Amino acid sequence: MTAADLKKGERAIITEVIYCDLQCKLLEMGCYCGKDIEMLFKAPFGDPIAFDIDGYTLGLRKEEALKLIVELK
Amino acid sequence: MLNLNNLAEIPIHIVLVGNPNTGKTTLFNTLTGQNQKVSNLPGTTIEEKKGFFDYDDIRINVTDLPGTYSLYPNGEDEQITTQFLLNHKNHAIDAIVFVADASNLERNLLLYTQIADLGIPTLIALNMLDVLEQKHIDIDLEKLSVELQTIIAPINARNGTGIKQLKNKILKTKVAVQRNFFMPTAEQNNLINLQPNVETAYTRWQIVYNSYKFAKIKDDIRQQFNEILPFSDKIIAEETSKRFAVIHPIVEQITLKKTVKEKTITQKIDAVLLHPVWGFLIFFTTLFIIFQSIFRLAEFPKSWIENSFAWVTVLFKSNLPDNTFSQLLCDGILPGLAGVMVFLPQIIILFFILALLEDSGYMTRVSFITDRLMRKFGLNGKSIIPLIGSMACAIPSIMATRNIENKKDRLITILVTPLMSCSARLPVYTLLAGLLFIENTHALIDLRGLLILGMYIIGFIVALLFAFIFKLILKQKQRSFFVLELPDYRLPKWKNISITLKLKTKDFVFNAGKIILIVSVILWFLASHGPTEKFAAINQKYASYTQPDREAKIQSERLEASYAGILGKSIEPAIEPLGYDWKIGIALITSFAAREVFVGTVATIYSVGNSDDESAITSTLAKQTNGETGKKTYTMAVVLSLLVFYAFAMQCISTMAVTYRETKSIKWPIVQFLYMSGFAYLLSLIVYQTFK
Repeated sequence: MTAADLKKGERAIITEVIYCDLQCKLLEMGCYCGKDIEMLFKAPFGDPIAFDIDGYTLGLRKEEALKLIVELK
Repeated sequence: MLNLNNLAEIPIHIVLVGNPNTGKTTLFNTLTGQNQKVSNLPGTTIEEKKGFFDYDDIRINVTDLPGTYSLYPNGEDEQITTQFLLNHKNHAIDAIVFVADASNLERNLLLYTQIADLGIPTLIALNMLDVLEQKHIDIDLEKLSVELQTIIAPINARNGTGIKQLKNKILKTKVAVQRNFFMPTAEQNNLINLQPNVETAYTRWQIVYNSYKFAKIKDDIRQQFNEILPFSDKIIAEETSKRFAVIHPIVEQITLKKTVKEKTITQKIDAVLLHPVWGFLIFFTTLFIIFQSIFRLAEFPKSWIENSFAWVTVLFKSNLPDNTFSQLLCDGILPGLAGVMVFLPQIIILFFILALLEDSGYMTRVSFITDRLMRKFGLNGKSIIPLIGSMACAIPSIMATRNIENKKDRLITILVTPLMSCSARLPVYTLLAGLLFIENTHALIDLRGLLILGMYIIGFIVALLFAFIFKLILKQKQRSFFVLELPDYRLPKWKNISITLKLKTKDFVFNAGKIILIVSVILWFLASHGPTEKFAAINQKYASYTQPDREAKIQSERLEASYAGILGKSIEPAIEPLGYDWKIGIALITSFAAREVFVGTVATIYSVGNSDDESAITSTLAKQTNGETGKKTYTMAVVLSLLVFYAFAMQCISTMAVTYRETKSIKWPIVQFLYMSGFAYLLSLIVYQTFK
């Protein structure tokens, strides 16, 4: 599953960051393999989505969240 | 290097570097206070914030660099930081103060390790330990200092705790970080060996990478680079992963206590402010409050300013001899100054609210909830800040587009931003709204305020419409993305806001104000001077005329004979279909320097004695009739047509200048001028022809 599939309050571990032109940006923001991620809330119409990455809140568009492969905790 | 024997004479130069939202700017304000200067970096519009403070008889110069998450830039701002650090020899940097958010250490340390590898003396100002405490996390600072091989100064930039110790430690930071966090790979080494004479291997790699990516290097060199090492984002991704592999264990080791996660205050506030329904409602309520307060609150200081200028003008007129100089002063310079000052209340209120929203962290939430809507129109959640900001003024807002990483999104935002109703249009709207609702003075809701709110909303809708058109026309090279940190909510800090307000006000008075004043004087000249023989003829005509309206008639005929009258008449055929006569034509011409000049111009044209008195102008305009037909000049159709014209026409030379500087191409201000003015003309034509 991807980070975009997480429901509110669900926690997961990032297992892969899919190679794309955003990969570097996502890594820089701390979304690397092995990192904990929690879905916090969604903007109206379900996009963008806000995640908790190790204590800070990161907003990602749905298409961007699709690049993060996660495993439920 | 520091000379210990001669401390007092050698100033030290430090730079502040760090992630966005780490309190870097707050620290800069705390360190330098009022001793700061914002200027544009040569050849760019990127702001460079410099300041200084004295400690132990030593002058310490501080440069605040734009916040960035990594040395690999994603936007123009971040590029500046990287370039500055790679060029540190030229900038004579003695030390880097790396500002880090303790509650977010791991991500912050990515940039730290990159900077440490550049071999510049660096210390860490560890901020937001209070947030860490709120989260019940404890860290071992001593161990962190050992692991990172650097001096750590725990600070609270907001209340000033630890600042003295930080200053002390800055003086002690003289050697580069000894630990290497990342070693370039064998392939990278082959490339960087081409770059001699630079301190560290990583600096050399960064220089190679940045010149490959951003500098204008010859294709054959680029080719040569690519043969040694195929450039791709994979290299950066690998480096970033390797760095986190070093950082993660360090952070794990130094974290002493970590209790079970509970909801933070920020998350609780977000649950309300970002609620699908309440979130939008709160957002629109905020916008509504902004408009009502600009309109109503600003009225008081505005009328004080108007009254004082009127008082001074009367004083001068009655005490000075009636000559060209006193006319220049009373009719040219003073009204011009009044025209500048009268804006300050609105600008200050709006920038105050914007600074409040920005400083508290709500502004990024606005980006978050509007992104999806904005994206449909080729914009970006980050475009909402420039768009809202341009309700005060398009000039700082176009500059604020710099944090939109995507070039196309940014260009579209720049192009449509001037369609938003800025505060320069406000006096025009106010005047015209007054003409439409002359009777309404004590209704529960100010109808004029409502009309103006309507104008703002129409401006926004049209901006979105054109954004959509540009989205279809312009070619996309880089994909659009939105990766945005939503910082914790904080109580806005008065010092940050007051410094912002001071800088913005100064900027307006000295930049926009200058133009308004000059135009006002030119206008006075054009309207009071003309071909000598024509003026003489008017004097002769009225030589034996003794009726009480003699003076007014002379004034009016003189204006018609003046250079401004000649100019206005020459464009009359073009603007007649919009319902305008040559007098309005004069106002249109002068407005092309700044829209608000319209008000002063009509005051001069219709010889309203006191040009600062809005209600006097309104009632004079309402009385105007067409000399030939005897019908009212300012009918509803004309007023509506003017409203539309002023809402959409590109009439601001300053904005075009900023667009030119930001896009570095003369093409875009021209595009802006043509599409906006063309659209305004067309729409005014339709409006007038429909309602006349």
